[in-house]
Amino acid sequence: MTESKNILHKSWNIKSIEREVKTVSCEVLEALQSHDFSEDMVFAVQLSLEEAFINAIKHGNHGDSQKNISVECLITPEKFDISIVDEGFGFDPGGVPDPRSNSNLYKASGRGVLLIRSYMDVVEYNSRGNCIHMVKYRDSAQTSSEYEKKCM
Amino acid sequence: MSYYLSNNLNLEKEMDKVNPNLSLEFRNSVVIATLTDEKILDEDQLQGLEGSFLPLIEQTPGIQLIIDFSNVKFLTSSVLGLLIRISKKVYETDGTLRLCSISPKILEVFRITRLDRIFDIHASVDEAMVGLKK
Repeated sequence: MTESKNILHKSWNIKSIEREVKTVSCEVLEALQSHDFSEDMVFAVQLSLEEAFINAIKHGNHGDSQKNISVECLITPEKFDISIVDEGFGFDPGGVPDPRSNSNLYKASGRGVLLIRSYMDVVEYNSRGNCIHMVKYRDSAQTSSEYEKKCM
Repeated sequence: MSYYLSNNLNLEKEMDKVNPNLSLEFRNSVVIATLTDEKILDEDQLQGLEGSFLPLIEQTPGIQLIIDFSNVKFLTSSVLGLLIRISKKVYETDGTLRLCSISPKILEVFRITRLDRIFDIHASVDEAMVGLKK
């Protein structure tokens, strides 16, 4: 079995600020775009990255710009795979209220985790809850709509 | 010049000064707010939009507001939160809010979060205008 050639395999340790996470996002998205990943896949990755970084900056590191975010990303012709770690105490992903329920529908926040789960094929957290691991396959069968059906 | 028109023109001038990422058109008594950015994801953009929309709504009781997404190709859940805050403010002032020209990819984000059930979404500005008071 031949091993896939890596398009991008890189780690970053960045300050917990918008400008620095944007640099990482741009590099990742450019790698996908320059290797003919579909527009839908690029959209899914960008949305999930933005939501994960917002969570890391706001909820994980509580807006403390002295804290860091560690990122490890692997892109092969077959998949996008990334881990994002903040310095927070972590959270229980199973305890996040469903933003689609009637009691939460009018709340202004709490939709990021749902969107990540909808657009990624694999979403995992470490036991502490301060590291998210996300995978999206190029030939992903799961679409966000299919995720929706599973949740119905 | 009528008070309403004069007031609108003043508001329009104020908005242009405040936020270049938002274009306002006053069509009779309907305010059409077009989001001009392709991507809305920065905190500065969000704060700028909130700082433009909320005073506009407060200064226009009973506002009939259409937000045109035709330029928008990407947004995050923070924008959805902003839209909810805008909608609450509109309804507090007995106004009407409609969204229009949302691209299929972004409409999918509304569907996943089920916000398509609480927002009045139309295909175009002209369609969104139907039924509003002239």
